[in-house]
Amino acid sequence: MATPKKLPATDVVVVGLGWAGSIIAKELADEGLNVMGFERGPWRDTAVDFNLASATDELRYNRRQELMLRTKQNTCTMRNTPAETALPMRDWGSFHPGNGTGGAGNHWAGITFRFQPTEFRLASYLQERYGKEVPAELTLQDWGTTWEEMEPHYDAFERLAGVSGKAGNLNGTVVEGGNPFEGARSREYPNPPTAQTYAPTLFAEAARNLGYKPFPVPSALASQAYTNQYGVTMGPCTFCGFCTNYGCANYSKASAIVNVLPALIRKPNFTAKTNAEVLKVTLDSTGKKATGIIYVDANGDQFEQPAEIVVVAAFIFENVRLMLLSGVGQPYDPVTNTGTTGRNYAYQTANSVRMFFDDKNFNPFIGGGAIGMGIDEFNNDNFDHAGLGFVGGGSTRVTPIGAAPIDSRPVPPGTPAWGSQWKKATVENYASSMSIGCEASSYSKRTNYLSLDPNYTDPHGRPLLRITFDFPENDLRMAEYCTNKVAEIAKSMNPRAFFPSPRKGPWANTSYQSSHIVGGFIMGADPKNSSVNKHLQVWGVPNLFVVGSSAFPQNPGYNPTGTVGALAFKAADAIRRLYLKRPGEMISV
Amino acid sequence: MTDKSKGFTRRQILVSSAASLAVGAAASAKAATVAGTPGWIPFDHNGPMHYDTPGWQFFTAEEAREVEAIVERLIPADDLSVSGKDAGCAVFIDRQLAGEYGTFARLYREGPFTPGTPAQADQSPLVPQERYRIGLAALGKYCQAQFQKPFSGLEGEQRDKVLTDLEKGAITLEGIDAQFFFQQVLGNTMEGFFADPIYGGNRDMVSWKMIGFPGARYDYRDYIALHNQKLDLVPLSIIGSSAWNKKG
Repeated sequence: MATPKKLPATDVVVVGLGWAGSIIAKELADEGLNVMGFERGPWRDTAVDFNLASATDELRYNRRQELMLRTKQNTCTMRNTPAETALPMRDWGSFHPGNGTGGAGNHWAGITFRFQPTEFRLASYLQERYGKEVPAELTLQDWGTTWEEMEPHYDAFERLAGVSGKAGNLNGTVVEGGNPFEGARSREYPNPPTAQTYAPTLFAEAARNLGYKPFPVPSALASQAYTNQYGVTMGPCTFCGFCTNYGCANYSKASAIVNVLPALIRKPNFTAKTNAEVLKVTLDSTGKKATGIIYVDANGDQFEQPAEIVVVAAFIFENVRLMLLSGVGQPYDPVTNTGTTGRNYAYQTANSVRMFFDDKNFNPFIGGGAIGMGIDEFNNDNFDHAGLGFVGGGSTRVTPIGAAPIDSRPVPPGTPAWGSQWKKATVENYASSMSIGCEASSYSKRTNYLSLDPNYTDPHGRPLLRITFDFPENDLRMAEYCTNKVAEIAKSMNPRAFFPSPRKGPWANTSYQSSHIVGGFIMGADPKNSSVNKHLQVWGVPNLFVVGSSAFPQNPGYNPTGTVGALAFKAADAIRRLYLKRPGEMISV
Repeated sequence: MTDKSKGFTRRQILVSSAASLAVGAAASAKAATVAGTPGWIPFDHNGPMHYDTPGWQFFTAEEAREVEAIVERLIPADDLSVSGKDAGCAVFIDRQLAGEYGTFARLYREGPFTPGTPAQADQSPLVPQERYRIGLAALGKYCQAQFQKPFSGLEGEQRDKVLTDLEKGAITLEGIDAQFFFQQVLGNTMEGFFADPIYGGNRDMVSWKMIGFPGARYDYRDYIALHNQKLDLVPLSIIGSSAWNKKG
């Protein structure tokens, strides 16, 4: 292959223009630095790409995955245990990585939780509370940061995304109607909660009757017109029901293309390069300084883009793969339990209870990815785990995302899949069924990790990323317990029938579970068992920052995007406030 | 693949759009009619092209007859709806197979192909075009051997029995796993029945009317607070509505 053409140097290169990369690029451009953003997919723009007249297309967006990364371009291989041979995910099943500016943050649901204060020191906290009762299979770690350090950045992301919700804990005072289990927040959400459809309303009533404290699920679907700190305006959500897996035509669902890029692209010191895939981060001969990146454009020509600061903020898989391909950090080895790049890979444990009624009409086509009500009594460590044999839990909620019918036509188990009986059951149940979800924690264990695949390569001849993952026993026990608790609520709603679906092993690519994938290049206080410090700065390579859910040491029972956004603001703040004062050094405060 | 299904150029679309505009005032509302591969242009802002080109684009006449005989039983005509055949499911599948889906043009197709574990999902070396071509031929062979007739020559209940046996894996097909073939056809049939009519199935929005799905609507702010009420909203397709056509 020809030597990549070397381009004039810039101050900052940002890899990936989804939520994290766009935020950091904007913050550093505001600092006056020359910033170049690289995106492997196309430039996307609401007015052009998510046209009202064609956005409502289930076949195109949900079935054929128009907005997702094409596996032909890049995919992962998967296996459940280190003893198996990994095979490529030829079609996305279990999760949906994104493509183009905005990334997976275009087709996300919009649920925007903060993690709880104890999460950031989870290993220490659980050890203090339960000691030897914490299952030995788990490799939980602290994040090396604190709630107090995270809170301002959560606040910044909520303002940015125009999150609609109700505070449950304002500066330490518990507020009626919000989530009483949330960490103390400095301000109310920027927008009030959205209106609710029937199913979440009914669920909230049942939960309240059982003594739980339901709250509106924090939503990046704007409840009203809203202008954020970058001067970008969102429109109110219309509850169209083409939300998760779709782009929003109304500027209502927050994303980098709605909330950040319109302001960023107008700045003269920012340039976006799209359809430009970054092949590696280049290091100098000492391996302690990143010198820039190599990328390939749509013509297949390679270029070297030198930079003073390199920020890698792609989706988790590409963050970790780029580090492995660039030789940053020692690859994790589950046998010797050494190395850091690829360790503590975790997921989300998705459970649900499906209910069928005779006398209800939920109009299930009305909704959105984050229009719903939830409770947190069975999440994380919000309940006493003593004697239960597991740790962790899940966020319980009803958020009907819409019901476009290729995929959304629930029938009771045992119903034929075709023929007249199938059709009759489909008609009877379409509008009168609802589901309670329990999006639960996924805790890391030693044999769940990311590495380079020895057999399969991408179109550029680089190894695919290999996922080795199965649900820990701990998480399967948790799933059983929490789903039973959710089933009690379901039962109290007097459905004709209800069917709990606790997550069972093995992890499979056969049906969609969640795109909440974490770990592999994790945060921590110790370079021995983490890849980046609390500022998302790579241990030993001070001018390289790797930002995203790849930094989570494990995943709590919440959706990750709020924390990804907060970490992006945190890294940007560290670079602006601390790194630029002493460039080339590890930040020590 | 035939020449006509090779795809279209932007120039062709412009020409076709202009042509359909010229007749648009007289005809009922249809989006641009384009000969060629169905689908949208990836990353283009336009909606998918609407195809009412007569004839089959991927299937041979014989294959089309067999697929229609299958979808007619998977979704039988009854008092709830017309059959899958009359809803256009076979047309939908034909157009899908003629397009990028038919060759899995967007998917990772590098070998080696090995079956793997059930958790590793679809590892078949066959793309949808091959799955249908091989599966339909094998089904024909099976039916000839068993009944001395093609599948489409069987009575309704006989056809249901064969389909049930395929579903259960009680039949062995030559060149393709019977259950795998069945699930491929069933999945595409349901897509065709419930997708927007712009793709050739779900004719007259038959499935949407049947279940009460209002289709391509985009604003429910006036309805979200109407809990537990039947709304009886008239469904809309991406194609548009003849009611929007300027008459006269």
